[in-house]
Amino acid sequence: MKRVYALEEYCVGCRLCEINCVVAHSQSKDIIWAFKNEEARPLPGILVEEMKPVSFGLQCRHCDDAPCVKSCITGAMHKDERGAVVCDTEKCVGCWTCIMACPYGAIKRNESNTKVISKCDLCPDLAQPACVTNCPNEALIYVDRR
Amino acid sequence: MISYILPEFLVLRDENRCIQCEVCVRQCANDVHYLDTKDGKVKSDDAKCVNCQRCVTFCPTHALTIIQNPQEFKANANWTKKAITEVQRQAETGAVLLTGMGNPEAYTVYWDKLVLNASQVTNPSIDPLREPMELKTYLGRKPDMLEFDKDGKLLTKLTPQLVLNAPIMFSAMSFGSVSLNTCESLARAATELGIYYNTGEGGLHSSLYRYGKNTIAQVASGRFGVNPDYLNAAAALEIKIGQGAKPGIGGHLPGEKVKAEVAATRMIPEGSDAISPAPHHDIYSIEDLRQLIYALKEATDYTKPVSVKIAAVNNVAAIASGIARAGADIIAIDGFRGGTGAAPLRIRDNVGIPIEMAIAAVDTRLKEEGIRHQVSLVAAGSIRNSADIVKAIALGADAVYIATSALIAIGCHMCQKCNTGKCNWGIATQDPQLVKRLNPNIGARRLVNLITAWEHEIKEILGGMGINSIESLRGNREMLRGVGLTQKELDILGIKAAGE
Repeated sequence: MKRVYALEEYCVGCRLCEINCVVAHSQSKDIIWAFKNEEARPLPGILVEEMKPVSFGLQCRHCDDAPCVKSCITGAMHKDERGAVVCDTEKCVGCWTCIMACPYGAIKRNESNTKVISKCDLCPDLAQPACVTNCPNEALIYVDRR
Repeated sequence: MISYILPEFLVLRDENRCIQCEVCVRQCANDVHYLDTKDGKVKSDDAKCVNCQRCVTFCPTHALTIIQNPQEFKANANWTKKAITEVQRQAETGAVLLTGMGNPEAYTVYWDKLVLNASQVTNPSIDPLREPMELKTYLGRKPDMLEFDKDGKLLTKLTPQLVLNAPIMFSAMSFGSVSLNTCESLARAATELGIYYNTGEGGLHSSLYRYGKNTIAQVASGRFGVNPDYLNAAAALEIKIGQGAKPGIGGHLPGEKVKAEVAATRMIPEGSDAISPAPHHDIYSIEDLRQLIYALKEATDYTKPVSVKIAAVNNVAAIASGIARAGADIIAIDGFRGGTGAAPLRIRDNVGIPIEMAIAAVDTRLKEEGIRHQVSLVAAGSIRNSADIVKAIALGADAVYIATSALIAIGCHMCQKCNTGKCNWGIATQDPQLVKRLNPNIGARRLVNLITAWEHEIKEILGGMGINSIESLRGNREMLRGVGLTQKELDILGIKAAGE
């Protein structure tokens, strides 16, 4: 399956991936409205890890044999038809076992709503994830490497 | 001591659009933008801004605008704001004013005083989309005559030529003055386009040897990075005598920019200043130049053309004649608008002559002396678009060198702060944090796009003239007319006035 890969040699640490991820998962899909007016603003599913001069965008690797799916106590975390690891927020009880299980630290608590975790969903409604489309230096690519 | 120098620019932030995302904070190498933790708002220190527009371009909500500081000085046509500020700066530093890029002063741009011809009724124009149009250009010495045996086989031994798919090359920018990603962007674009890029005086990084077939290796007064492998890796060699931005002046790459890779490529100790002397200390005459030309030809077994690059100065025609007679295959002439990574401001803005005049004068002189075929002429020093190229070739150039327009294509916004090493676009810097801002995949793609677009335009212009080959335009000054020029200027350019 296609995954997002970071090319750290080109990542400039601007964090536009994080910002555009928030916009893509907002209610309005409008950057100014999402940041200035929406109350429950989503967390970015991608996080730029940085220790200058090295930086890269890290998000869920959508593991084939995903530890978070195995560890989920309610069956909320599952693989969808694309092979992407996604969370059914209706089923999630906020136990955060997935956070403990993820070897990449790619799952975060959504502190505005303690129940639900936040993670990359590979933007199911878009042609490619918003972080890839909006990376100004092509430091994120969406490809099938196998 | 309080500084009298006012901020050159003001940063305007539209609070209705700013989402405090801090992209501007993270992108500014000059630390203009900062997050004020007391109120959680992003603010700006205008005094540090150089107007490189990195933040403006990256701001996802277009909340930023940078304007010239509108502060008025008492009106004075002589003591302008610029003149006053320069005195203030030198009074505070006691130093030579340094700057980057090319001469920005309001001298006449002769390209803009030249207009081109087109076919009407009596001769047919050509549609380049329907008929073949040749831009292929050969640079190098051409034989006096051709001899054939009785079967029509060529007997004359031809001298090595550079073959260009279009009469455009990327001019010298050294690794050190620009980043490795800049060099790689240029090298890859030149390879894809079938043209050439010039290494500048900083040697050739080991990762770029694979682009050698499209590389011109420069040998300058500092002799940085010159060794047999370097010379033989390239398609042609160039002796740099002078540069349009700073004729008569050497170069100085500060030690801070001489990091490990630059040091290894230049073959000098890490952290040491790389100083190029003003003259080549072994060249004090045309005869000395001839020795170096032939030393380089000997070192490469007479397989590569040798170019000599000079700045356009008084007597450029006589100097070019001497260079041709010294055995050069190509003469590159850099006009006074040519760019640089660092130059003293007074030199950049006051020394040298326009390339338009220089190329016309040299072409005329070499033709008069019957040696025009012995060298190819390359015009450099602010070629801004395809029309400038057509005009340069009609004035007598074989090809042009472009550098400023190439850098603009890959992100340069002409802030003229190359000398500071803090290029926010990853071009004129060696800071690893900044260098990676130029992705060579994107850089090469943008350069290929630019040259491809210019090729289309040149073909269109040629077709309009009824010419189907760039060869037929070279020195064809009948295709040019001058507008708003004096008779003396028209005479030097060798063209008629519009209407004549």
